[in-house]
Amino acid sequence: MIPARFDYRRAGSTDEAVGLLTEHGDDAKLLAGGHSLLPLMKLRLAAPAVLIDIGRLSDLSYIREEGDAVVVGALTRHRDIEVSDVLGRHVPLLAHVAGQIGDPQVRHRGTIGGSLAHGDPASDLPAACLALGASITAVGPTGSRTIAADDFFTGFLETALRPDEVLTEVTLPKATGAGWSFQKFNRRAQDWAIVGVAAVRNGTAGVALVNMGSTPLRARAVEEALASGAGDAEAADHAADGLEPPEDLNASAEYRRHLARVLVRRALQEARPST
Amino acid sequence: MTTVEASAGGGPVLGTRLRRREDGALLTGESRFVADLAVPGALHLALVRSPHALARIVDVDVSGALAMPGVVAAFSGADLRDEWAGPLPCGWPVTAEMKQPAHLPLAVERACYVGDAVAVVVATSEYAAHDAADAVTVTYEPLPAVVDLEQALTDEVVVHPELGTNVAYTWELAPDDAAVDAAFASAAHVVDARYVQQRLIPAAMEPRGVLVVPEPFGGSFTVYSATQIPHILRVMLALTAGVPETDLRVVAPAVGGGFGSKLNVYAEEVLALALARRLRRPVRWIEERTENAQATIQGRGQIQHVELAADAEGKVTAVRVRLTADMGAYLQLVTPGIPLLGAFLYSGVYDVPAYSFRCTSVFTTATPTDAYRGAGRPEATYAIERAMDTLARRVGVAPEEIRRRNFIGPDAFPYTSVAGLVYDSGNYAGALDRCLALAGYDALRAEQQRRRAAGGTRQLGIGISSYFEMCGLAPSRVLASLNYTAGGWEAASVRILPTGKVEVVTGTSPHGQGHETSWAMIVADRLGISPDDVDVIHSDTARAPYGLDTYGSRSLAVGGTAVAMATDRVVDKARRLAAHQLEVAEEDLELAGGVFAVRGSPDRTMALAAVAFEAFTAHDLPDGMEPNLEASCHFDPPNFTFPFGTHLAVVELDTDTGKVSLVAYHAVDDCGVQVNPMIVEGQVHGGVVQGAAQALWEEAAYDTEGNLLSATLMDYLVPSAAEVPSITTASTVTPSPTNVLGVKGVGEAGTIGAAPAVINAVVDALSPFGIEDIAMPASPQRVWRAIEDARRRGTHPTSTAATDDTTTQATSTKET
Ligand SMILES: Cc1cc2nc3c(=O)[nH]c(=O)nc-3n(C[C@H](O)[C@H](O)[C@H](O)COP(=O)(O)OP(=O)(O)OC[C@H]3O[C@@H](n4cnc5c(N)ncnc54)[C@H](O)[C@@H]3O)c2cc1C
Repeated sequence: MIPARFDYRRAGSTDEAVGLLTEHGDDAKLLAGGHSLLPLMKLRLAAPAVLIDIGRLSDLSYIREEGDAVVVGALTRHRDIEVSDVLGRHVPLLAHVAGQIGDPQVRHRGTIGGSLAHGDPASDLPAACLALGASITAVGPTGSRTIAADDFFTGFLETALRPDEVLTEVTLPKATGAGWSFQKFNRRAQDWAIVGVAAVRNGTAGVALVNMGSTPLRARAVEEALASGAGDAEAADHAADGLEPPEDLNASAEYRRHLARVLVRRALQEARPST
Repeated sequence: MTTVEASAGGGPVLGTRLRRREDGALLTGESRFVADLAVPGALHLALVRSPHALARIVDVDVSGALAMPGVVAAFSGADLRDEWAGPLPCGWPVTAEMKQPAHLPLAVERACYVGDAVAVVVATSEYAAHDAADAVTVTYEPLPAVVDLEQALTDEVVVHPELGTNVAYTWELAPDDAAVDAAFASAAHVVDARYVQQRLIPAAMEPRGVLVVPEPFGGSFTVYSATQIPHILRVMLALTAGVPETDLRVVAPAVGGGFGSKLNVYAEEVLALALARRLRRPVRWIEERTENAQATIQGRGQIQHVELAADAEGKVTAVRVRLTADMGAYLQLVTPGIPLLGAFLYSGVYDVPAYSFRCTSVFTTATPTDAYRGAGRPEATYAIERAMDTLARRVGVAPEEIRRRNFIGPDAFPYTSVAGLVYDSGNYAGALDRCLALAGYDALRAEQQRRRAAGGTRQLGIGISSYFEMCGLAPSRVLASLNYTAGGWEAASVRILPTGKVEVVTGTSPHGQGHETSWAMIVADRLGISPDDVDVIHSDTARAPYGLDTYGSRSLAVGGTAVAMATDRVVDKARRLAAHQLEVAEEDLELAGGVFAVRGSPDRTMALAAVAFEAFTAHDLPDGMEPNLEASCHFDPPNFTFPFGTHLAVVELDTDTGKVSLVAYHAVDDCGVQVNPMIVEGQVHGGVVQGAAQALWEEAAYDTEGNLLSATLMDYLVPSAAEVPSITTASTVTPSPTNVLGVKGVGEAGTIGAAPAVINAVVDALSPFGIEDIAMPASPQRVWRAIEDARRRGTHPTSTAATDDTTTQATSTKET
């Protein structure tokens, strides 16, 4: 529980953060809410030489409507997402999911940017962003670019972000009035999902899975089955098609596949449009 | 003459819900735990621990650590070999032949579990110490591990080759095996069950910690430790480190829970003392959470083979138990004795005529086991209460009915059990009836039936357990007969100071139980004064020199009794003095509201405070009376106490996912007379959650290489408030005749009652699938797997006809 030595730098702006990242290269890590990075450091599973603290960049903490989308700043805390009226109205899935993360302390510290950048297959917000068709904005030394959530998660704890980029914003298409569901299966309320399912039904269906592979991922086989006219139960049977879920104390791969099928079925039923 | 007014005593104090005086400081963060004690110049220890479950230590090179900034010293086990006057102590050699491996604070030749300490670094800060610990290079020759108990019994891998076997001892309590065999031969029903008590991590909120401060002059030391046993620790530190006992003062400051895990003498405590002696500097060590999982003792760890014989009506005629107990890699303070604390209790609250218990205890390459909340008694209660439910199914009666047919009757006390104990008092059927009424049992069963008939995925299970326990540890003579190397008495002194304030010195060492509040209530009640005028001194061997500390639900029944008896002795002396000064006979004086009054002439009075002042000035004492109002009591209980009760758990089972949710819990406990019902309820709440945790969530899981897989609180699932329902508590009161207070003890009761109640409920929910057993913890995966297997076997009655029949039968039997 005692981390190794590190240097601490506090960035006063996004540009300064990018500058510090460029200066320190692979030795540096951004520190946002610290609720994924610090536990790893305390267990000495991560030992960055330099921490660049972006936690006080308050201009990256916002939730705004922009036309057909809601944009959320990278440093917005889970708790702010949970209680946002704008999100509650237009992207209620995201607000609900944020309220299911960890415990109140985690929700008051953790940020959406950190959650996405960490790329943990067991976290909740990435799956919600996949199901919602979100896109992600990153700023680097040469300016900013936008990455579709579908292209963002590239491997276990790996993302499309470059080492010198700061994730600044998440753009969520409005899903006002759409059916949605989030099924989080765990043994204690404060825990990560053993398996989770985020689903949105808005004409087409977006279905994404938590902890069913090495990245947060979409349940493509389910989405395709629904698109070609399958019923909910039939589509849900495809929830684990082609997936290699992890094994741990809580669940074998086989049990995870079973849970995915049950939870996708429940999610599709709950998200079925009421019309 | 100066008179000092005593505060007016309110009404009766005993039995009131007085708020705990401890809580203000705890809630505001004012309490000082070991880690809060800032001693300038203190050095910090970090330990280098074996990553292997079993390995020969080939070489330890500390030079890398010594080169690091802030490092003052670093030692291997071999470097410190000559520091020790004796090995780490085991105080309970249960048999003369018991095998006991060498156990030094730092391993020298072999590391025997993951977490076994092999080297230590001393540095000027905690950070420097941990960084430097990473720079110690240890060369190991890894050896095969043995974690599974039954594999350990084969001796294919022997943990301690010098002992020649993994079997530490065998122990039996088999008064008449022929009678047991005969009962089984003629039984109409037999239950034959195997239960696994998984290892548990006590996970006290405050990890361990120790700070040793050498006194500036004279060569003595003050040892601050997060311990339950400052008195025992003082003796043991003297024996292991070779420091004269008179040079040791041990203080347990605020201690954040222990559950038995701090009822021990640990390597780090002895190391800190030895290094403070060697370096002449204060030395501290604060445990990390993962060290707490790996290097603090674990609980349970048993395989139980339990058999019941019963006649056609389900009356139990014999109980036979064959136990294999996991000692872990070494014998800690009372490791070998834990199975013995349960050995007498496998016949439960039932009138059983024949009994046989045998235990084989084995070494494994895992963290040592030892006392954990209940220590042997939850295991025994689990076995009998699970087996009774199975018997009920065999006989075709409801679980409450099988219990009623077997209970020891309320008129049978004192009751001599087949195992040789004398149960002090009880009314087992009374607690069961009360619990069923409290839970609304019939309505619950009706709801269960409704859901089963509807066939949905959310099914109910209802489970009961009628537990009892043996606590108030312990009559010293009984401990002698069990080869325990200490006594079971407790000490107290009570003095009324010249101002009328009262000081109580107790030998118990609270770490969350609220003794300051309860002991003040006992004294105030007897003196007729306000508890606010009573100060309770504890947990410091300089201020409270005699004591045997806090564990085994002993504090109130033994320590509280000593406080009450010492108080009565002070009152006797005060009465003599008051009678002398008021010139009346002692018998004519009545003590009420803190004032002696002459019977029949209520205006002739003398307040206790005034008596105390007279005793202090000693101007006018009766001939031969010594000054001051002080008395002590060293109370050795004549018997154990036997609290009991019935708990009822309701679970909801998601048949699709296997997830079990605890949706209601009802506890009726009888701990005899209650000093403070609010504290009793608090103990029951915490205890129930800890027992339910074993049933549903917690497991110290090891892989076959001996790695602890649940070494963080992310993987070791201590439940939170979100997982448990609001617990309904009620009580019956059957005073214990063994002490003046009539008290029994309640520290472990909840834990003992809960695990079997919850698992009985899970099995009840699963019974339509033909499932009779589920291993603990009943995790969703395990429950799902059991349902899948049942479906594959075809035992799941899709029409549910068969199920409904049995249930109807059970219900109607209950109603007749
Ligand atoms: C006890 C506990 C329980 C939890 N339970 C859950 C749960 O149930 N579900 C869940 O989803 N999560 C859970 N979490 C994780 C939590 O949500 C984290 O807060 C979140 O995953 C990471 O956000 P952060 O702001 O804390 O990131 P940090 O820990 O600060 O950073 C995480 C990683 O992202 C990088 N990073 C951070 N911000 C940026 C940025 N703007 N641009 C580029 N890189 C960046 C960091 O360099 C680091 O590598 C839990 C955490 C804890 C401690």
